[in-house]
Amino acid sequence: MAETHVGLKKLQENFPASILGVRHFRGEVTVTVPKQELLQICQYLYSNPDLEYHWLTDLCGLDFFPQKPRFEVVYLLYSVKNNERLRLKAKVGERESVSSVESIWKAANWLEREVYDLFGIPFENHPDLRRILLWDGFEGHPLRKDFPVEGPDFDKPFVPEV
Amino acid sequence: MAEKRLMTLNMGPQHPATHGVLRLILELDGEIIVKATPHLGHLHRGVEKLAESKTYAQVIPLTDRLDYTNAMGNNLAYVLAVEKLLGMEVPRRAQVLRVIMAELQRIAAHLIWLGTHALDIGAMTLLFYNFREREDILRIFEEVAGGRLTPTYLRIGGVAKDLTEEMKDPIKTFLEAFPRRIKEYETLLTQNVIWLKRTKGVGIISKEDVINWGVTGPTLRGSGVKWDVRKAFPYSGYEEFDFDIPTGTVGDVYDRYIVRLREMEWSSSIVEQALEHLPDGPIITDHPGVTLPPKDAVQKDIAALIRQFKVVSEGFRPPEGEVYASVEASKGELGFYVVSDGSNHPFRVRIRPPSFLNLSALPKMVEGRLIADVIAVIGSIDIVLGEIDR
Repeated sequence: MAETHVGLKKLQENFPASILGVRHFRGEVTVTVPKQELLQICQYLYSNPDLEYHWLTDLCGLDFFPQKPRFEVVYLLYSVKNNERLRLKAKVGERESVSSVESIWKAANWLEREVYDLFGIPFENHPDLRRILLWDGFEGHPLRKDFPVEGPDFDKPFVPEV
Repeated sequence: MAEKRLMTLNMGPQHPATHGVLRLILELDGEIIVKATPHLGHLHRGVEKLAESKTYAQVIPLTDRLDYTNAMGNNLAYVLAVEKLLGMEVPRRAQVLRVIMAELQRIAAHLIWLGTHALDIGAMTLLFYNFREREDILRIFEEVAGGRLTPTYLRIGGVAKDLTEEMKDPIKTFLEAFPRRIKEYETLLTQNVIWLKRTKGVGIISKEDVINWGVTGPTLRGSGVKWDVRKAFPYSGYEEFDFDIPTGTVGDVYDRYIVRLREMEWSSSIVEQALEHLPDGPIITDHPGVTLPPKDAVQKDIAALIRQFKVVSEGFRPPEGEVYASVEASKGELGFYVVSDGSNHPFRVRIRPPSFLNLSALPKMVEGRLIADVIAVIGSIDIVLGEIDR
């Protein structure tokens, strides 16, 4: 598996110091990288002519509360050229930010807004970082593990102030 | 000279042409759109959060309610992810049944799209024809699964019920009539001057842009990118079927319309092939920890009763790990990223909704064009807010 995955091989050749961990599971490759180098690695994966990861299929967050650092931001990249997917992960602590990849993939615009909305992870240099699914003024970030599934006022109707 | 100011127009959330509860803030210079800002979240139900407190099997009904026009496809994407997590093989017959249902559902979803899209642009007749055919498909679902809009037909490891010989007849009747029906639709639209004027050259988006914005599905293929999850990462035995991926050239509303029509033809051909080669055998794997025992065994055998009780109440514990599985849903690539921490409920279920990313490219398609084109473009990218807001 490791031999046939072009993206992983190239990363190991060019960024040997930045790979914090590699996991193979059910034929999928997950690479953990430091968040400071994320943008640089993404740029490399996007523009290298042998890789051409031109698709950002998905971008989401994970919350490992109460571990520290608690968050992970997960990027799922896809290259039509090699027909392979690569999952990048970066660990993020509470009140830390990640650099936005919106400059590479426009798809990241709304996906990063969603992670910001539901996890509260801010993205640096994002052109329009606002909440996307919840309304402005909502308190808390629902997909955090310490956010209750059922709040004390869950059966009361919500009437926003106009 | 008078001062020039932009006018702001609020479109939606309660607007028939926004296909649900989408709200658009349009900044207008006369009738020309300078800036379009979509506002989402009116249908946000927190499905991803909810899934974390359920067992793996209990998440299946939630997926029906994402893109409610494509319930079978949503079920399929989720069960594929969980099966991948478990490393589970699915019986051949169940796989083919899944393909039949997913393709029938694709036809039904595209029929809704065609009817409402044409209605938005002013051709009302088509809606009645489309819903007539869609009703046939929903009747088939009702017969097979017991539900019409939200059938929850798929199970982890197989499907809920078998397709009997008698149930094949309505499907065959439908498939026989359907190619003729598509011709009927085409006589109404394909060369209709009003239709052409409203759709040709409207909402153009280039090859590079669709890829960069993460757009998938017919909108991607309309711009000339020949890519389909069914071909790139075949699942459920799609590699054995003979079908092509229709593509457009310009990337306008008209191209997306043609792509979807051709897709419906291919879907009906896939169902035909699947019915012809439907293998015999079990419809669900027999995995003591994951799947339910046969119903008659539960009533006679105490061990089977205990197994049923354990599977329903406790669920199962997949190994620790993370998987991503995606299907070509009617709107595009629908993916499920399931993370397991080894317990009996998922640690995280992330849904990659195709409509969400397709809609994010909407401002790109409408800016600089007329208000009336917004209606045509929204219809052509075929959004479902249940999936965008989750």
